Amino acid sequence: MSLFDKFGALAAQVAEAERAATNPFSVVLDHVLSPTEAIIRGRRALLLGTNNYLGLTYDPDVIAKSAKAVREFGTGTTGSRIANGSYDGHQRLERELAAFYGRRHAMVFSTGYQANLGIISTLAGKNDHLLLDADCHASIYDGARLGQAQVTRFRHNSPEDLSQRLRRLADVPGDKIIIVEGIYSMLGDSAPLKEFAAVSREAGAYLIVDEAHSLGVLGQTGRGLAEAAGVEADVDFILGTFSKSLGGVGGYCVSDLAGFDILRVACRPYMFTASPPPGNVAGTLEALHQLRARPILRQQLNDRGRQLYAGLAALGFDLGPEPSPVVSVILPEPQAAIEFWKRLLDAGLYTNVSLPPATPKSLSLLRSSVSAAHSPAQIDHALALFAEVGQEMGLVSAGPKAVRRAAAGRTA
Amino acid sequence: MDNSVSEIREVIFGTLRATLRNPVELTDQTNIANDLGLDSVAVMDFVMEIEDQLNVSVPLDRIAEVQTLGDLVETLHNVLSNA
Repeated sequence: MSLFDKFGALAAQVAEAERAATNPFSVVLDHVLSPTEAIIRGRRALLLGTNNYLGLTYDPDVIAKSAKAVREFGTGTTGSRIANGSYDGHQRLERELAAFYGRRHAMVFSTGYQANLGIISTLAGKNDHLLLDADCHASIYDGARLGQAQVTRFRHNSPEDLSQRLRRLADVPGDKIIIVEGIYSMLGDSAPLKEFAAVSREAGAYLIVDEAHSLGVLGQTGRGLAEAAGVEADVDFILGTFSKSLGGVGGYCVSDLAGFDILRVACRPYMFTASPPPGNVAGTLEALHQLRARPILRQQLNDRGRQLYAGLAALGFDLGPEPSPVVSVILPEPQAAIEFWKRLLDAGLYTNVSLPPATPKSLSLLRSSVSAAHSPAQIDHALALFAEVGQEMGLVSAGPKAVRRAAAGRTA
Repeated sequence: MDNSVSEIREVIFGTLRATLRNPVELTDQTNIANDLGLDSVAVMDFVMEIEDQLNVSVPLDRIAEVQTLGDLVETLHNVLSNA
């Protein structure tokens, strides 16, 4: 008997991936050349799976601000804000985030995962009720587990199911807190937020929206789905991350609710961890500035997302329900997803594999995400490789010629 | 429905028989992960089907404790009795 026996099923899955010669869960990017290219296993690869939505990781101003902060404030904060003090950058970033959202309060966390873990576990007390969308991210479920509230899961994107579950709780004491996401990371679909907001309002519940994948992607000014759906007033807390559109690491929560700041001395994943380092904070601040000042990035991003989605749909791939910067091909089984991933990488295209139980409805996914930094030609090149490999594997009938014809039609 | 233990068991077994691709003999001792091959998310999805039929919500921490079909019958019976 070994301490690791309980991971037997997981180990078998890893062994399966290893047999495919390349394990998608331990790939190394030897050198990153730009937001869209890297050297992987000695070869140049087009990156189509980075969540680098606005492509800001190599922006000269973001790099300059980050490097300047490292020189002036050092590489790390070496402690938590509660025990070892806040830096000016932490407070500036919180002020800027609050101003961006037009809300009174903002709180910054060291990772997006910790923002979800901290806010959800702290807000929902022992007698409260959390209602989570079935497809919410693992960090939301982990936050719910860390807290002491009763947790109810409702059907993905179903305001009717949420409403029914709220009715079952109608006479049970305690606050009700609903959590949905702006864009779901596995299939790239959005929540019907207007309808969720109405259900929440009617039940007198609190509504939290995790905009991790929708910040800088959706909404007139890039604030996310709550802005796009016109229901910001109904959303009590917005959670998000710096690690996608803003090209850094960290998470945040913004809110208008009075008394919010008490969380700083009650929220353990905020209190008992090192605060975000100065270079990361300064880079994130500049990236936020760019997100606000350059709406063209959002347009490019969404254009590329639609281009990839339409191209893959035309080839005959089974996709998620709507175009977004996350575009996932649904495959019949995990082995097919791993094989597809490997063949694409061999051909110079880097994507992601997502397998159950991390995926909804036990789907096996080859997941791509586009960036504003991708050129239309790069997306066409990716589509040609999808067509080639898809045809080789017998997944689709249309070949690379169809892609070339579609690309020619677009530029004509 | 008065939700007796046997009725709850019939709803669970009936739903499983309709959804499982490979026929498996179902008893109270059937282990949901090992015998039915359902992962953590698939178990939660399956419980949702049962919840709809019995008009009840089972808190996730209670589902996490369930290992066998007998456990699930008992959990649902307890939740329904206290509703």
